[in-house]
Amino acid sequence: MIRITVNGRNVELNESMTVEQMLDRVEVPPNYLAVEVNAEVVPREEYTAHVIQNGDQIELVTLVGGG
Amino acid sequence: MTTTADSSIDNAPSEDTPLVVGGHTLQSRMIVGTGRYDTMTQMRDSLNESGADCVTVAVRRERLYDRSGQNILDFIDLDRYTLLPNTAGCYNAIDAVRAARLGREILKTLGNPGADWVKLEVLGDSKTLLPDPVQTVEACRELAADGFQVLCYTSDCPVTAKRLKEAGAASVMPAGSPIGSGQGLLNKNNLRIILDYLKEGDPDYPVIIDAGVGTASDVSEAFELGADGVLLNTAIAHARDPVRMARAMKYATLAGRDAFLAGRIPKRLYGTASSPAEGMISTRPYGASNAE
Repeated sequence: MIRITVNGRNVELNESMTVEQMLDRVEVPPNYLAVEVNAEVVPREEYTAHVIQNGDQIELVTLVGGG
Repeated sequence: MTTTADSSIDNAPSEDTPLVVGGHTLQSRMIVGTGRYDTMTQMRDSLNESGADCVTVAVRRERLYDRSGQNILDFIDLDRYTLLPNTAGCYNAIDAVRAARLGREILKTLGNPGADWVKLEVLGDSKTLLPDPVQTVEACRELAADGFQVLCYTSDCPVTAKRLKEAGAASVMPAGSPIGSGQGLLNKNNLRIILDYLKEGDPDYPVIIDAGVGTASDVSEAFELGADGVLLNTAIAHARDPVRMARAMKYATLAGRDAFLAGRIPKRLYGTASSPAEGMISTRPYGASNAE
């Protein structure tokens, strides 16, 4: 069991996965998103290689209206 | 670079230069925000009417679809608009730098030219939304070192403005008045001093008035002072008719900029006649004193 936080919520994963596999579970266009793991941006080219670890704090962000 | 003269009022004043900020060249000197509209279509139509070619966006935790199932990126033509991501809502340099880097990552993926710049906003007070000058300078320095072209929201304090330019800001953006307040330009003397200081020996350095605009005359006034650009959001989005106000802002931008380039006459205490002194049918001699 891997316990992580995603956007401040506790999430439990049955198995390890990469950032890309995590994004596959989100029903949003991946090009609208950026990912941060433990306060560091994960570049898109690293999605397939970056494995999420127990205790990771993940932020999934997008763009919204703002001034 | 000089734009071509055009008879249409919709085009930039003849013989004006475009607004250049860092590596970006904007045809419109007005940058508009995308927040606080009632609907996405109202936002899209207002942006279109404003004539702006640069729009700001915010970075937030994923909630990709709003309550009506829409996403803002589906309503912004990314081939037409350069996005300017902001760090709005951040209260310290660490968060602001993180938000800037996340915004950059999204824009790189979207292939939008705005990926290399950011509107830096680090707040210091949640009621006035005034910036934290210490954290803003710190974040500006770090982001500039990281390759960002930083457009810095700041107060109308001339000393802070100087420090931000020294920290590497591509543009310093003093507020006319608090964000969303609609109070216009409250301290024109300070804004004049900022323009004077930042452009000393560097006349092309871009200074953009950001925040506080309430109506079209505020925009014209900013340009008449010598500002290179104006950034606004709420004054359009919360107008009774946002699309019409967007058009008013476009014309106010052109009018204010043209008035600045044309050069206003000096203010005089007494009147000076516009009509000829000669040829009068009056029995009273021209130039006679009030006592005569």
